[in-house]
Amino acid sequence: MALVELTLAPLPAHVRTARLVVVAAARRAGLDADLIDELRLAVGEATSRAVGLHARNGVDGPVQVRVVDNPARLTVTVTDQGPAAGPVPDDLAGDMLDSDDPHDADDVVDPDVSLAVLAGLVDDYAVEANDSGTTVTLRWPLPVRAVGQTGPASTQAAQA
Amino acid sequence: MDLSLSTRTEGDRTVVVVGGEIDVYTAPKLREQLIDLVSSGQYHLVVDMEGVEFLDSTGLGVLVGGLKRVRAHEGSLRLVCTQERILKIFRITGLTKVFPIHGTVEEAVAATD
Repeated sequence: MALVELTLAPLPAHVRTARLVVVAAARRAGLDADLIDELRLAVGEATSRAVGLHARNGVDGPVQVRVVDNPARLTVTVTDQGPAAGPVPDDLAGDMLDSDDPHDADDVVDPDVSLAVLAGLVDDYAVEANDSGTTVTLRWPLPVRAVGQTGPASTQAAQA
Repeated sequence: MDLSLSTRTEGDRTVVVVGGEIDVYTAPKLREQLIDLVSSGQYHLVVDMEGVEFLDSTGLGVLVGGLKRVRAHEGSLRLVCTQERILKIFRITGLTKVFPIHGTVEEAVAATD
């Protein structure tokens, strides 16, 4: 079962909502404190990409953010309803800088830049596009729980 | 935390002190500030980011936009940042090669290359 599921109107202010809620859920799930900054940036980046994509394409539907923990890892998915992601440019900095339009780099969110940041930031990262939109999946390992916290099912299995 | 902005003049440089979170919600405020400075003829900017708690690619886009505007007037845009979590996003995107990044405002104001 998901720890948290958010259905967000695609508004810039809710990118912060997503960051705050996912960080709180990750802390509760026991994510290592050293990884919290990375998680905050990655969730912010994925959500702002989704919100920006909806704005660019006039999509009114919601952006969905889901946090799932199983004993081994924390999985965050961000799903948009925009057009599929394009290829990330090789020379990102050059691409941002050399654009002729002075307003281009100031665009609310450049989806390409977001994906490049996510790829560089998170080791376990995947993008999957389908007919209805794109899902960005981010995963982090959770600390192994102490033996005393193991559930009854696995105790029985060990005894069998 | 919201975005805070203040500016001051040091010699021929304008120092923009930024604090708080630069994201898709707050970035327009920083963009307007940089546009206003360039419009009023201030082409040598130092952006002090030591008080920034969060920066995403939207913030990077605004800084790149600012750099392009000052370069159009043969100006400069230097950053002051020592925070690893902020520097990381500049490295990932290759923008450490584009922006001169300094350890202190004094160093950035004195820099001429």
